[in-house]
Amino acid sequence: METPFAITLDAGTSRANHTGSWRIERPLYVDRLPPCNNACPAGEDIQGWLYEAESGNYEAAWRKLVAVNPFPSIMGRICFHPCETACNRVQVDDAVGINAVERFLGDLAIEHGWALPATALDTGKRILVVGAGPAGLSATYHLRRLGHQVRLVDSAEQLGGMMRYGIPAYRLPRATLDAEIARVVGVGVEVVVGHVVHDIEAERRAGKFDAVFLAVGAQIGRRVDIPAGDSSKVIDAVSFLHQVAAGDPPLLGRRVAVYGGGDTALDAARTARRLGATDAVIIYRRNRERMPAHGEELEQALGEGVTMRWLSTVDRFEDGRLVLETMRLSDQGFPEPTGEYEELDADSLLLALGQDTDLSLLNGAHDVVVNDGVVEVQSTMMTNVDGVFAGGDAVPADRTATVAVGHGKRAARGIDAYVMGTALESAPKHELATFEKLNTWYYSEAPRTQRPELERIRRQTNFEEVVGGLTEENALFEARRCLSCGNCFECDNCFGVCPDNAVIKLGDGQRYQFDFDFCKGCGICVKECPCGAITMVPERT
Amino acid sequence: MTRKPVHFYQVGSFAVGNRLLDDENRTVQSNPNRTNSIDSGHRACQGCGEVLGARYALDAAMRASNGQLVAVNATGCLEVFSTPYPETSWRIAWLHSLFGNAPAVATGVAAAMRVKGKSEVRVVAQAGDGGTVDIGFGCLSGMFERNDDVLFICYDNQGYMNTGVQRSAATPPAARTATTVTAGPEPGNVFGQGKDLPRIAMAHDIPYVATATVADLHDLEQKVERAMEIHGARYLHVLVPCPLGWGSASDETIHIARLAKETGLFPVFEAEHGKVTGVSPIRRRTPVEEYLKLQRRYAHLFGPTPRPDIVARLQEIADENIARYGLVTNDTEDSVSTEVTA
Amino acid sequence: MLRQIEGSRAVAETVALCRPEVVCAYPISPQTHIIEAVGAMVKEGLLSPCEFINVESEFAAMSVSIGASAAGARTYTATASQGLLFMIEAVYNAAGLGLPIVMTLANRAIGAPINIWNDHSDAMAVRDSGWIQLFAETNQEAADLHVQAFRLAEELSVPVMVCMDGFILTHAVEGVDILEQSVVDGFLPPYEPRQVLDPKDPVSIGAMVGPEAFEEVRYLAHLRQMDALARIPGIAKAFEEVTGRASGGLLRSYRTEDADTIVVALGSVLGTIKDAVDIRREAGERVGVVGITSFRPFPAEAVREALSKASRIIVIEKAFSIGFGGVLATDVALVVQGADAKVFSVVAGLGGRAITRRSLEDLLAQSARGDLKSLTFLDLDRAAVDRELTRMANTRRSGPSAENLLRDLGSDHGASKVKS
Repeated sequence: METPFAITLDAGTSRANHTGSWRIERPLYVDRLPPCNNACPAGEDIQGWLYEAESGNYEAAWRKLVAVNPFPSIMGRICFHPCETACNRVQVDDAVGINAVERFLGDLAIEHGWALPATALDTGKRILVVGAGPAGLSATYHLRRLGHQVRLVDSAEQLGGMMRYGIPAYRLPRATLDAEIARVVGVGVEVVVGHVVHDIEAERRAGKFDAVFLAVGAQIGRRVDIPAGDSSKVIDAVSFLHQVAAGDPPLLGRRVAVYGGGDTALDAARTARRLGATDAVIIYRRNRERMPAHGEELEQALGEGVTMRWLSTVDRFEDGRLVLETMRLSDQGFPEPTGEYEELDADSLLLALGQDTDLSLLNGAHDVVVNDGVVEVQSTMMTNVDGVFAGGDAVPADRTATVAVGHGKRAARGIDAYVMGTALESAPKHELATFEKLNTWYYSEAPRTQRPELERIRRQTNFEEVVGGLTEENALFEARRCLSCGNCFECDNCFGVCPDNAVIKLGDGQRYQFDFDFCKGCGICVKECPCGAITMVPERT
Repeated sequence: MTRKPVHFYQVGSFAVGNRLLDDENRTVQSNPNRTNSIDSGHRACQGCGEVLGARYALDAAMRASNGQLVAVNATGCLEVFSTPYPETSWRIAWLHSLFGNAPAVATGVAAAMRVKGKSEVRVVAQAGDGGTVDIGFGCLSGMFERNDDVLFICYDNQGYMNTGVQRSAATPPAARTATTVTAGPEPGNVFGQGKDLPRIAMAHDIPYVATATVADLHDLEQKVERAMEIHGARYLHVLVPCPLGWGSASDETIHIARLAKETGLFPVFEAEHGKVTGVSPIRRRTPVEEYLKLQRRYAHLFGPTPRPDIVARLQEIADENIARYGLVTNDTEDSVSTEVTA
Repeated sequence: MLRQIEGSRAVAETVALCRPEVVCAYPISPQTHIIEAVGAMVKEGLLSPCEFINVESEFAAMSVSIGASAAGARTYTATASQGLLFMIEAVYNAAGLGLPIVMTLANRAIGAPINIWNDHSDAMAVRDSGWIQLFAETNQEAADLHVQAFRLAEELSVPVMVCMDGFILTHAVEGVDILEQSVVDGFLPPYEPRQVLDPKDPVSIGAMVGPEAFEEVRYLAHLRQMDALARIPGIAKAFEEVTGRASGGLLRSYRTEDADTIVVALGSVLGTIKDAVDIRREAGERVGVVGITSFRPFPAEAVREALSKASRIIVIEKAFSIGFGGVLATDVALVVQGADAKVFSVVAGLGGRAITRRSLEDLLAQSARGDLKSLTFLDLDRAAVDRELTRMANTRRSGPSAENLLRDLGSDHGASKVKS
């Protein structure tokens, strides 16, 4: 069309006007650290594998998960999910059910027989791992991925450590446990069971190991002196649970008392109920608020008929009768005796007062520093003796399987750097994606899916798994509740809200790019990014 | 066409798009091949709500009409910042009318298309609030009355912004403008004036009337789509915050539009032939202060000499809207303790 | 076909022959019969395809026309006086955008005071707008000019208004030859817009043009009007070839070959002027008439040429610029500058006051005696004016002059009533 001068203009000629010159600050796409990733003791990229799960790419999600933690089915049952506590969605409605989705992925992997990738690498280095609990197994797995040879030894007849011998089957079915351990062993590990290490230095020399990892756990139940008659049955809870797991449960009688307030005490009481105890009562010197056991476990225990005796200590145990002294809490929260007593009928008393580490294997390694019964380590998980690493319950840390898995991974990296003579580099952490950086308006209402639970009546007489898993539909829904804190998940908001059409959509999986020829720096993209993955920075002069 | 509810997917219901939604559940804006009816290089202020509203509405209209669209634009910000010789930001067939006659010019375009047998070419007329409720009112009413086949879109930033922020009949009470300054016993625009254009449009009994904001893109696009299914006079009233005129931060444009709806001050609804047919309910009911505090045009209501009496009157207006249109439902999260009686 | 037909009807039927595609107007005396007739033809299916739109104001009427024309439709409208002023923003807009709209202007006086009768103040109000303004002398010419107007407008992309005196022409019944459709079709090809709203080839029409280019835009518009000066005679000639009659053109001279006094005027008054001139000729006076058809663009060359041999030029017009004098007279005076001639401005017929042959004869006699002032208000009731002036001097708040004059004329004092 031949158009009259100046009055009529050709379409789109404004693109000659680069309004980017107006800016005094510019937007920048950033990746921030999601609080779930930040909280995971195993260091999982939780948001990362949720992202895969959201599109139904379950295997990809699983592979991303097990690149860090080889035990999703186990974790999905026994991990206390600090990720969910940290989850930003708590401030919207409820945390994302990360744990449930992890379990779903783990169970799916077992169902489909997905295998862990084997590595072709062979560094020629030999590592000895003592203890096949979560720390030892995790270290073994990561060391194998790095191409080192591993000999895994354990004093018990089966692998698993506390996962097998400390956590009852109704929380962690044996089939699941066996499947995930077998997968790790399946990447090519030399396993020696029923082997006690007496002298770590000697064993190291004998086997020509380039490094060792001590993951011996804390398997000795702490004892306390309680005056008891000869007929009074007093067993430490750790041994009790071990025997039950080994298939040889001791007889406890009808009325069982458990002394202690941690998860072990709860496990012991619930197990006792299943073995036929009509009464299972937990005696704890402080109150509910101060109890170290996790709330979910307590709820389930109470639901199964376990009863609590708060603010009580055991004075003595004679002739089927426990004498308890009532305590009260001081202003600082310490229990103080009141001088008042009461009696409780009991057939047996289980002591769940804490666990100690058996460090006899250090006989030949005097230079290893031990403090308060646990081994001191650096951030590389190495003790002050070169080549001697330690992790899990044997070192100072929270005592959970997830922490142990994290230790195993860190130790593997530390060992790798040590034996290969390389420097251990950790990537700098991104800024934390805190809640106020999000714009949660854009997330639809989506209440959290609850996991099904075995009816309470059924629980009392068997060791069937109490908490069920999610269906695929529910797992997908749950994964999709993730806000993707701090990392772009291609919602197209920035692409859509820019008044100057200054965001370029790069295509599937490639996110976006700002067109700085035209961006005026208004900041709407930052404000309307649901997951807080854009920030404003001053314009460079 | 019934509107299918978007199945929940993270932000699918509210955000512009999403990598896992089907194309049909995404907005037009999420499509990299969208028309960009108004493209980069225009001279709108940073954070301008009007240019955003225009691109949203026209891209949707372009899709609905398969690209067979002509736009007639009244004088005002949208026209001025988009077509300074030698540059135009428009990628669609576009005609600048005068200030008060966009509806009439559009009527002429529609008549020409009809007589030339090109009825598939659809006509949109657009103006700011001044060109709609004041100087354009006569022509608009005439277009409505004749039921001409024109979709008229008003981008309401509640004042004559291009000429320096003067009061229009769409300026809300108590708002500061250059011709309603914050002095005297009634600082800002006075109460008891103004025109409710959507209701006036409904009184003309035209086939379709709807209100929308730039904060809810899905809703706005669906309304444009619905309007384009109909032939005859249609009216769409879009609230578009103006950072300059409202005295708000340039990045808050969408946030403020959202609050306008969530407080009830700007009811979002649809009507056909004079009867309300649908309402976009308030999601999280919000007191008007939350909205007012973000705009310097209301700053005189707070600060060292606050006017809680005026704020209360504004809250009354919001409450009346909520009652009239039924904007609060069972799903509304109520953060206001006052009871609402219909 | 020759018919006894009201002027409005003749125009309506001729416009219909031009196949307008969009017709839109708002009723105002004395244009109403034109648009009623066109509207009826559309509704009866006699004019098709055509969209006839009843609008809510003249501003809307011109606006609709702009939209229609910009979208490529041949567009027609009509108005007068107050209506023209109401749409004036759009009138300028149409010219500025170069849209070939054709409009009938049924010349009528502009208020206040409100007056529905004929004068040329409305046309003069928009003479600078960039529209081509053609003045019809007769009903026949009024009809014919519309055909030429569409062709001229569409060739140049300039809007054209055909001015015809309200009531005098619009409501007079006389013989008019209405053309055959085939003749008009042959004369007027389909409209090919220079620029058009087309989704397939989108452009932005109506940009904001700043100081850096505005002057050039206006100059180009001026050049297009210069082109019109060249085209108008050609189009009139082509028209004559197919119809056999002379209509339109830039101007027409009557008995000017040897005239030393020439009367210049626009519109229907030319008929009466020629009658008066004939009588004066019989009395031996060498007097002639130049009737200007194309007022804008003003045919300066042609006018200067036509008046070159006259020593007295009397410009009679139905308009004047308050505070200065005649509008046409000023244009003519400028054009004959340098020539050895005196220009006399005569303002007559304001608000529909009849211009009689007798008054014109007296005027010419006065001129011949050398008694003609440079500015004359024909048939002014001097006594009424003087009485009002006296009253105004005596009383500070004496009411609006117009009311007073009317009251006065109605009373015994109004002895010197308007001559019939």
